[in-house]
Amino acid sequence: MAARTPLHSRHLAAHAVMVEFAGYEMPLRYSSMRDEHVAVRTRAGLFDLSHMGEVRLTGSSAEATVQRLVANDVSTLTPGRALYAVVCNDHAGIVDDVLVYRVDDGFLVVVNASRRQVDVEWMAAHLLPGTELRDESDETALLAVQGPEAVAIVQTLTDQDVSGLRSFGSVTGEVAGVPCRISRTGYTGEDGLELYCAPAPAPALWDALLEAGAGRGLIPAGLGARDTLRLEAGLRLYGQDMDETVDPFSCGLAWTVKLGKGDFIGASRLRELDPDNPPRRFVGLALGPRQIPRHGMAVLAGDTRAGEVTSGGFSFSLGHGIATAYVAPALAVAGLSVDIRGEAVPARRVPLPFHGGHHHRQ
Amino acid sequence: MPDLSGYRFTPTHEWVRRDGDTATVGISDHAQAQLGDVIFLDLPSVGAKLTAGARFGAIESVKAASDLYAPVTGTVTEVNQSLAETPERVNTSPYEDGWLLRLGDVVEGETDLLDEAAYLAQAEE
Repeated sequence: MAARTPLHSRHLAAHAVMVEFAGYEMPLRYSSMRDEHVAVRTRAGLFDLSHMGEVRLTGSSAEATVQRLVANDVSTLTPGRALYAVVCNDHAGIVDDVLVYRVDDGFLVVVNASRRQVDVEWMAAHLLPGTELRDESDETALLAVQGPEAVAIVQTLTDQDVSGLRSFGSVTGEVAGVPCRISRTGYTGEDGLELYCAPAPAPALWDALLEAGAGRGLIPAGLGARDTLRLEAGLRLYGQDMDETVDPFSCGLAWTVKLGKGDFIGASRLRELDPDNPPRRFVGLALGPRQIPRHGMAVLAGDTRAGEVTSGGFSFSLGHGIATAYVAPALAVAGLSVDIRGEAVPARRVPLPFHGGHHHRQ
Repeated sequence: MPDLSGYRFTPTHEWVRRDGDTATVGISDHAQAQLGDVIFLDLPSVGAKLTAGARFGAIESVKAASDLYAPVTGTVTEVNQSLAETPERVNTSPYEDGWLLRLGDVVEGETDLLDEAAYLAQAEE
């Protein structure tokens, strides 16, 4: 049976359509996916992301362990700050994409729910002596308030200066009386905050946020809107856009790879690759208003199969179909199309992100 | 919810409401709930001939593209033009404002049509 988050009762009370995702019973949508998407782009949406995993690494060698595990450079992180990183295997395949915070006693690594088990085993197998690992996923709830009104809404519930919090910064403090890590992060392409707290007070925090945000148009938003938002923002989804067969250069994440920082797992393989000329290219494709590309559809260059759609859907913000795809570099030029049920539908190559001004790079 | 006593359903989730030899066709509330937000519809033009049980169009939602099958045989006399601008009417009012086609010269075909209770019992299996 699927696991439940601490906010399960709230989802049922709101008549959410529930789906199983990464072993959890999660809300797909509460009303219309379009309405929830538009709310996040124009006002604010509230997400339950409690299924995501949190792993704490502490001890005298915690920093050296994290530097070994991720391709990005955490040495410059000041306390409270976070960065986006990939964990690679020895062949430079991506084990997971994660968010790493420097916290008072070490590092907090936020991992995909679908990869939690794999990640914990991988990290535990690669700890340096003097690092302790603690999987805190089951004792951590995660609520995300995203959208242009998000910060103002949370500010009404806390004494902490969240308006002054920089992107990818975090502080600890109370929100609606609930002790939280308050983080200026998200995965929607909008400004916003993510709140980590204990499971027990999470429902009260959920209620307080909805009440405080009602006047500013805050509504609960499900995984469906989260997916269309992150796709528009050009953000990758593990398991769809990347996996252990994909290196970070191929999926356009060269900016997260710091080969100059010293040795880390996957570095020797990454040094053999050319960051500017990966074996396949991760591209954005724009289609017409009545053409919706889907995961797994073939990308064609003329009559030749040039690659495959990894994520696709309808962009509510732009009003047409969009997709990300891997395409052979030599063919990643003009004249591409997507095979939609046997019809070669012309697709224009466009830069990422498709939409969503608030970029998540840090 | 409107009175559905005059509606008959296909196992493929379309409904038909007969009125003499004319009929109105749409998709069920259960179907729209499963599909999620409707993005657009491919519908036949006025004058097209539909055959009971045969594909007559498609509906694209956030989830997937789904084929539409004719509940009865007949000729298209009217297409719900409002769906081009507001396809969400299929979600918000599947039995009234979100109707798809009106048909003339209607004859029932081989397809077994179900009443609401029988349809729901089958759909929710």
